[in-house]
Amino acid sequence: MGYDYPPPIHFSSRISPVIVGIFLFIGSEIMLFGSFFTVYFFDRVVNHTHPWPPPPYERPVFVAGVNTLILVTSSFTMHWATQSIKRGNRAGLQAGMVLTFLLGLTFLLTQVIEYHRIGFNTSDTSFAATFFGLTGLHGCHVFVGLTILLAMTIRSFRGHFSPEHHHGIEVGGIYWHFVDVMWIIVYTTVYLL
Amino acid sequence: MRNPFRSEAEAFRLLLGFVVAAALIVIGSRINVWVGVAVAVVEAGVVAWVVLFRGRKERPIMQAPPPHPPGERRILVIANETVGGRALLSEIKQRAAGARTSVRVVTPALNSPVKHWTSDEDEARAAAQQRLDKSLAAIRSAGIEATGEVGDGDPLQAIEDALRTFAPDELIISTHPEGRSHWLERGVVSGARERFALPVTHVVVDLDAELKSPTGY
Repeated sequence: MGYDYPPPIHFSSRISPVIVGIFLFIGSEIMLFGSFFTVYFFDRVVNHTHPWPPPPYERPVFVAGVNTLILVTSSFTMHWATQSIKRGNRAGLQAGMVLTFLLGLTFLLTQVIEYHRIGFNTSDTSFAATFFGLTGLHGCHVFVGLTILLAMTIRSFRGHFSPEHHHGIEVGGIYWHFVDVMWIIVYTTVYLL
Repeated sequence: MRNPFRSEAEAFRLLLGFVVAAALIVIGSRINVWVGVAVAVVEAGVVAWVVLFRGRKERPIMQAPPPHPPGERRILVIANETVGGRALLSEIKQRAAGARTSVRVVTPALNSPVKHWTSDEDEARAAAQQRLDKSLAAIRSAGIEATGEVGDGDPLQAIEDALRTFAPDELIISTHPEGRSHWLERGVVSGARERFALPVTHVVVDLDAELKSPTGY
């Protein structure tokens, strides 16, 4: 059936298109991480070595554990920031955003330092390649998240958000929690199990 | 089940759930690998059970239409195959008597699930438009001011959309008789009463009986 003109826009009003957008984006991200996890588990099952990782490799479990605590704490501060702006508390929003950004930055810098001191490189073995692949993919997401957080923080200091209009905080917060959820899975599977 | 990334607060709760779930798996695997696997399987089972059987249903949000200028009665009619039914027209006439009345007819573009998910809805919208045109002609011939639109395939969503632009005083839902009506089976009428803060009238149109009767429109 042809149209002489573009058909009228017709979209459901039940959920905001912005939220649908971030949901679809996160769906695609889950598939991307899923493919990296598939490679990691395939490598682990095929090599079937005990202990894992194969000697002489050692994973920096303690440092990564502290880093995990830092990242999870950043989710608490992110949630605090969102709740603050919902109640009209601008100072709480600004403090929450600054803390979240700093905690995220600390996580990323710690990971960079960890890469320098870990003692193996991407091309050494399949374990090393999958380790850097998964943690590096997550690190890229943290970097993107930090860029978003920086924009949110600047906007919060410019007074762009109010109890009625804080979509920018809500959507950025959803992304940041997603990044943290992915790290919990990465840390558990790559470092602890 | 609600989308866990629908809001920041829900995403945060999901994160806390992941922290607890991951901690239990790690503790289990420290005892024995198979205990860790068992914990993961149990957790996956619990999640599947919650999603399939205990999923929190979306609580309906009571929608109230915005106010409209006084001196006019506005009726929103939602009907699809029964949109041209005599019983429906008679109900509209009865309600329009003695007052300046404006009627908005919405016919949802009902579609098959496969066509819906592939966005192939041209045919459904064209068929709904045809029924709507016939119905509008019949209502206007009775001297009642009427406009109409093809709505969302979900009748409740179509009502909600129309509420935002038309601001009705009351809602009339027309369906086939019980046993033949998909809308009644899906609880469209009761859902509308639960979800919309305005009087809802349910009109049953028996098209077969009307066809047999000598006075059809």
